[in-house]
Amino acid sequence: MSSLSSPLADKRDIVALEGVTKRFPGIVANDGIDLSIRPGEVHVLLGENGAGKSTLIGMLSGLQQPDEGRILVDGKPTPITSPRHALALGIGTVFQHMMLVPTLTVAENLLLGGPWWQRPRTEELEARVAEITRSLGISVKLHAKVSELSLGEQQQVEILRAMVRNSRLLILDESTSMLTPKGIEELGALMRRLVGQGLAIVFITHKLKEAAAFGDRISVLKLGRKVGEIPPERFRTLGEQEIISEIVELMFGKQKDDPEAAERPTRTVRADAAPLLQVADLAVAPTENAPGLSSISFDIRPGEILGVAGIDGNGQKQLAEALAGQRAATGGSVRLEGAAIEALSVGERRQRGLRYLTDDRLGEGTVGTFPVSINFFLKQVGASPFWRGGVEQRAEIDRRAAQLVREYDVRTPSLKTPVARLSGGNIQKVLLARELAEGARAVIFNKPTYGLDLANTLASRQRIRDTAARGLAVLLISTDLEELLSMCDRIAVIANGSLVGTVANADDARTKVGRLMIGLAA
Amino acid sequence: MSIDTAPGASANALDATSRVATRRDILHRLLMTLGPILAALIIAGCILLAVGVDPLAYYGYVLEKGLFSPLGIQQTLTRMAPLLFLAAGLIVAFRAGMWNLGGDGQFLLGAVMAAASAPVLVQVMPAWLALICAFLISMVVAMAWSLLPALLRAYQGVNEIITTLMMTFLGTSLANVLVKLVFRDPGTTVPQTRTLPVEDRLPRLFDTTITSGLVLGLAAIIIVHLVMTRTAFGLKLRIVGANPRAAVHAGLGVPGLTVAVFAISAGLAGLAGAVDIIGVQGNVRADWNPAYGLAVIPAVFLARMNGFAAIGFVFLLSVLSIGGESAARRLGVPNHFTLVLVSIVLIVLALAEYVDHRYNQSRKA
Ligand SMILES: Nc1ncnc2c1ncn2[C@@H]1O[C@H](COP(=O)(O)OP(=O)(O)OP(=O)(O)O)[C@@H](O)[C@H]1O
Ligand SMILES: [Mg+2]
Repeated sequence: MSSLSSPLADKRDIVALEGVTKRFPGIVANDGIDLSIRPGEVHVLLGENGAGKSTLIGMLSGLQQPDEGRILVDGKPTPITSPRHALALGIGTVFQHMMLVPTLTVAENLLLGGPWWQRPRTEELEARVAEITRSLGISVKLHAKVSELSLGEQQQVEILRAMVRNSRLLILDESTSMLTPKGIEELGALMRRLVGQGLAIVFITHKLKEAAAFGDRISVLKLGRKVGEIPPERFRTLGEQEIISEIVELMFGKQKDDPEAAERPTRTVRADAAPLLQVADLAVAPTENAPGLSSISFDIRPGEILGVAGIDGNGQKQLAEALAGQRAATGGSVRLEGAAIEALSVGERRQRGLRYLTDDRLGEGTVGTFPVSINFFLKQVGASPFWRGGVEQRAEIDRRAAQLVREYDVRTPSLKTPVARLSGGNIQKVLLARELAEGARAVIFNKPTYGLDLANTLASRQRIRDTAARGLAVLLISTDLEELLSMCDRIAVIANGSLVGTVANADDARTKVGRLMIGLAA
Repeated sequence: MSIDTAPGASANALDATSRVATRRDILHRLLMTLGPILAALIIAGCILLAVGVDPLAYYGYVLEKGLFSPLGIQQTLTRMAPLLFLAAGLIVAFRAGMWNLGGDGQFLLGAVMAAASAPVLVQVMPAWLALICAFLISMVVAMAWSLLPALLRAYQGVNEIITTLMMTFLGTSLANVLVKLVFRDPGTTVPQTRTLPVEDRLPRLFDTTITSGLVLGLAAIIIVHLVMTRTAFGLKLRIVGANPRAAVHAGLGVPGLTVAVFAISAGLAGLAGAVDIIGVQGNVRADWNPAYGLAVIPAVFLARMNGFAAIGFVFLLSVLSIGGESAARRLGVPNHFTLVLVSIVLIVLALAEYVDHRYNQSRKA
């Protein structure tokens, strides 16, 4: 591909990739990629699900080694042999999937990796964390166990961890996927401040507006190849809309103006229909570091989508789990089609038609080492036609799995591939396919489009709308206000474990939800 | 999508490459298993040299007695019967992520119950029925012995490694007490149970001394392997083992499955005890404890919990233990040297795995 004296190698690069190729069984994840990363720049990496973004930063952070090509650090070819080595070179990474140790506290996680002969410097850490969290506008519970935190909170800890290390190059892989619009703005402002101080940042996102707002340079990957780059000189001359439409063209090859400009739902819910899912006074006991739920009540009619907005970690996970039966409720009732289900087990609730799409796709949504095909049916083990008399029907499973893979556009080398080897967005598609398959009456979606690229996000939203249109009740939990506004009939706001208000999704919904979220009356 | 055609077109090519890859994989796996075993034999040989024993003579005796002499190989195959049952029980537990280390207690209780019931039962019913009843009694008692750790793990989350180990100490003591106080044969001076007459024991295979328990053991481990890999029940257990949170999320009844795993695992250990008594020993002497349960664990690990591979490793273990016993007698090496050998194999294997991993990493750098 590129000759050794690549024209790209520039003195200003602190890290540069030259002709980097990475192959996995059955797939070329990165194919001759050149990339230059410079101090003072936010380099945005864009690309569809499975385009090879995470693989690329895996090599930058020492998790994996390129098969071909080389990485230059400060102009010198440097094999980055391990994550520790990457940190020593000043490369700090926030990975797409959480890498914290769940049984340790946040502080312990932040202190991991220090020399083993030294006592951990807790006071120093606390001061440093206080400083960073203040500038970030987030709050982190240093002494909470990681397993008690929501994924959004864990993501903040990951960001914090990369910042505490004083990196010269900060890599953020989909770090905004669980933040609220306000959180995203704050992270963006922080990134601008950091590059102002001379840091380099690599920022991966699926939200094109973020790319246009926070970036200096944009590279677009497609099927492992770099298909385009917008250098800073050109970037500055373009407006947001021009940038977005150029990216969309690079990524999808079709023009579309502001694809996220969402159409309002046109479905009409029959107001006289009996509620399908009724929740009354649902309560869950709080734990030391996670909020409980108190007197949660709502009804969802057939065909209706009720949104739940709020900052992650305010009880969304508890709500979803209590409804699905994974978490013991201390009071209240849940009725599905009029029948009380609060005493039923997870499996029995599913039998009745209640579906729960978790946001923790690797933690509980899938078994990472099992093949893609089996992961489609994790919640149906033993059910015909995939099992007959308890015996696995390989052919039947593979046939249906292949169908789902096609229908949901899951990019996988084969049905036998362990699901954890797929890209983040493709694992999400497996989960979506599983929960949307037949037999559902009411579905709880927790951040259904988290990690999906633009095309798949739009497709999935449409699927969810279609689901509702079939007469199902949908509860949609999301931190993305745009998503809620584009899909819901009503939006409830959750704060500290209770619903602080519900607004109809009319023209002024955005302001009303915004007011509720900061603690004002709608 | 626009790229939809690409995966379909390249699917065949992918299949071909993946087949080559799997073959290379198997070869690599074989090398990574046999290489370390060889290295371990050499290290153990050095230890033998250091204590003044000719390692070649030792290994020679082991092979001759355990493998090449007609009598030795028959003994080896006979020894495999209880080991296979134990291995089958461990495969179920380990694949479900539960570390049942209480095999020895369950084994001994099974053995004692078989020795106590079989000689009595053969007098009141046809021999085949008596043996089946004895098997069932052993199995049920061993299952009951696992109930406490199972319930503690299922409902209180108490670590089963500690509880099963504690139950195994209690179990071996209880087995002893039963032999000495309850089931003691009044007709002998040494404390032991009554003896099952040779003609009532499990038949031997053809004209050899090999017990037909071997066939039962092979059947048990193959059935376990198939259940674990081909059935819904096995898949549920593997989900619990691979990702317990996913099991909860998928709506599996994890506590019930936990109890079932312990019951199956302990039941198979109990059957191992029964097959050894009903097939070979005929009675249980006080203080008898062959500690097969612990010896089988490394074999199951080496086999990576694969039933068929486990048969191979159990065979190896039998050769080592039969051959080792005789070599020990002739060369004055302690009987437990086979255990030393097995543990060296394990350590070298772990090291090889680590080195292989590092090598893979650095080769790509
Ligand atoms: N460890 C691995 N083993 C095998 N294949 C892998 C591995 N890691 C990634 N891949 C494959 O490489 C391709 C690129 O994956 P990658 O995770 O880089 O995508 P991505 O651009 O980050 O996508 P997403 O937006 O969905 O996170 C995918 O097809 C994936 O299946
Ligand atoms: Mg990714």
